[in-house]
Amino acid sequence: MVGNKNKVLKLSTAGSVDDGKSTLIGRILYDTHSLTDDKLEAIERSSKQKGYDYLDFSLATDGLVAEREQGITIDVAHIYFSTPNRSYIIADTPGHVEYTRNMVTGTSTSQVSIILIDARKGVIEQTKRHFFINNLLRTKEIVVAVNKMDLIDFNQEKYNAIVEDFQSLISGSDYQDQNITFIPVSALHGDNVVDKSENLAWFKGETMMEHLENIRLEDIQEEAKARFQVQTVIRPKTEEFHDFRGYAGKLKGGELKVGDDVTVLPSGRKSQIKSISFFDQQYLSASKGSSITITLMDDVNVSRGDLIVKSEELPKESKSIMAKICWMDNKPLEAASTYFLQHGVKLVKSKVKSINHKISTDTTGATEKVSQLNMNDLGLVEIQLAQPIHFDAYDENKGNGAFILVDTKSNTTAGVGFIL
Amino acid sequence: MNEKVINNPLEDEAIYIFREVAGQFDKPVILFSGGKDSITLVRLAQKAFYPAKIPFPLLHIDTGHNFPETIAFRDQLVEELDLELHVHYVQDNIDAGNVQEESGKYASRNMLQTDSLLQAIEKHGFDACIGGARRDEEKARAKERVFSVRDDFGQWDEKNQRPEVFDMLNGRIDFGQNVRVFPISNWTELDVWSYIQKEKMEIPSIYFAHKRKVFERDGMIWSAHDEYVFREDDELVVEKIVRFRTVGDMSCTAAVESLAFDIDKVVEEIAASSISERGARIDDKRSEAAMEKRKQQGYF
Ligand SMILES: Nc1nc2c(ncn2[C@@H]2O[C@H](COP(=O)(O)OP(=O)(O)OP(=O)(O)O)[C@@H](O)[C@H]2O)c(=O)[nH]1
Ligand SMILES: [Mg+2]
Repeated sequence: MVGNKNKVLKLSTAGSVDDGKSTLIGRILYDTHSLTDDKLEAIERSSKQKGYDYLDFSLATDGLVAEREQGITIDVAHIYFSTPNRSYIIADTPGHVEYTRNMVTGTSTSQVSIILIDARKGVIEQTKRHFFINNLLRTKEIVVAVNKMDLIDFNQEKYNAIVEDFQSLISGSDYQDQNITFIPVSALHGDNVVDKSENLAWFKGETMMEHLENIRLEDIQEEAKARFQVQTVIRPKTEEFHDFRGYAGKLKGGELKVGDDVTVLPSGRKSQIKSISFFDQQYLSASKGSSITITLMDDVNVSRGDLIVKSEELPKESKSIMAKICWMDNKPLEAASTYFLQHGVKLVKSKVKSINHKISTDTTGATEKVSQLNMNDLGLVEIQLAQPIHFDAYDENKGNGAFILVDTKSNTTAGVGFIL
Repeated sequence: MNEKVINNPLEDEAIYIFREVAGQFDKPVILFSGGKDSITLVRLAQKAFYPAKIPFPLLHIDTGHNFPETIAFRDQLVEELDLELHVHYVQDNIDAGNVQEESGKYASRNMLQTDSLLQAIEKHGFDACIGGARRDEEKARAKERVFSVRDDFGQWDEKNQRPEVFDMLNGRIDFGQNVRVFPISNWTELDVWSYIQKEKMEIPSIYFAHKRKVFERDGMIWSAHDEYVFREDDELVVEKIVRFRTVGDMSCTAAVESLAFDIDKVVEEIAASSISERGARIDDKRSEAAMEKRKQQGYF
């Protein structure tokens, strides 16, 4: 990792239960020599115990007892490895529909999604659902891995038929600004994962790993306006920094410079950026992703949750928002129920005004009138807020266009929303 | 004046998490073991709140079997940064008869820390405990959220974790519950060492190669410190040049032979290593699910 610390590619897996997601990740780790001896020994030991005559690579990521007993993934595992080219963070997510919320958790922070398909089964309902969720999240880079090619004799026609099937999904999707690549693999035996395979000699494309290595970070980065939400106000109250009042936060999108004309929301007060600092150093500018502390020229009142933006780039303001919601709680979402809406770091009381419809996850976009959204449902919902929030459409700024709904009694994160 | 802030995504993320703790909780505490990960945490907290002081105290669960170098280091750091330190002693709990000391060849006080930790949380009313655990350390840790909710008994419900989408951290809890917070979740061992190198941070001397009286057991090298570490008569003491990759108790942390006398050599060694850091922790070798079980019971 030395030397390429700042080049990280975040991947996640998707696809139905048993399509081979965890096995693929284990195989990538094994074939890139990323498994340390002790971890490999542990996999060998467990595989033998289970009576397998091959190595069960899913054991590299399925870390919970219940997962190993049942042979399925229940929650996201975060796996790290690196090549001389860059570092990878992989979120291996569960395929089972019951654990969709964990799949959303893993996918929400990734830049590339590998959707697996069992070559024997082809495109099935869960494939569609996961592709749909990736589109909702606006995952720019999709790799469709047609897995278990060994079980269909590495047959090219069958592979082509699956690709064709998937392509018809793409044409129905509402997100077209996406790169989609198809690769036939056998995760279990390693064909076309890291190394090229004789068995798939007819396939002229890159192997999975070659493809991942060649994805350019510039191509998948989001272009968005600068949004600086204040997490905490820093007031040292020491001799040296007697009047210091710094606003600490992580810059989402764009760039801020000393001297920029800014507006503080919700107050609407205008000022200019006086200083930008990171730890004990001062800087002229900062870009997206930096956890900085800024000070303003004027003595305006700023508190946690306030948003500082460039005055010529104001976001939308509203006490009523329309959003696509992915519901993640056992207790269904119903009209008139109240939740805390967490927009970035800001908490606002909210009430569900109406559930306009449920959206089918098969990418046909079909809608259905419903009175509630159950766990793992997707729907279009209108939400009323106790105070206005300052947001962008999710399509324009992911960080400032998403929110979660927090149950006021159980405190759990009950749903995630994408503002239209 | 510098031009532009240089991004280090892992550092930015950790600082963001620290600031969320400050924004969402009333009584946070940093769990401090004196090891490299907790020292890194303190450094990141310093950066998150500069020029203000770190707004949280430290909590050390002292097993009484620590390396003396670690304790000396801890006290020096606390003084330098003008921090508040709480120490809870496992020995007190043993003396009071609350927990039973393990016996036998592999006896360790590692498991006993959990009770002391839970008592400390209850006594001080800590609502967020910030720890230096990393997901790359161990397979159960790989599954844990950044904000990991514990019930009134300190238990982790691993099959029913809160979704954690994007970077939105939900730390809402009921009275009596607490959240374990892991700011360096996404760092690897090598990331930590590279950071220590880049930041020129001080760390306890036992991380660097030094001469030590040791003995071998099960292919691992143990400190010959008979007061804390059980040794059979036929397990002979020899002197070797070793260092520690991870610092737990003397009774559960094995050394590795190494000539890495400085940080540059340590980073090189880690980058080339084919054994993971937890390979040197006997506490993980007890069973397949050792870590998961400990976490369910309220361990760090
Ligand atoms: N023959 C063959 N079997 C495979 C291949 N890939 C995976 N498998 C097997 O398929 C089964 C399921 O694999 P997993 O990797 O656990 O599947 P998964 O997609 O991670 O499943 P969930 O995480 O529970 O959704 C295991 O028994 C694997 O050994 C492959 O390429 N060929
Ligand atoms: Mg799996």
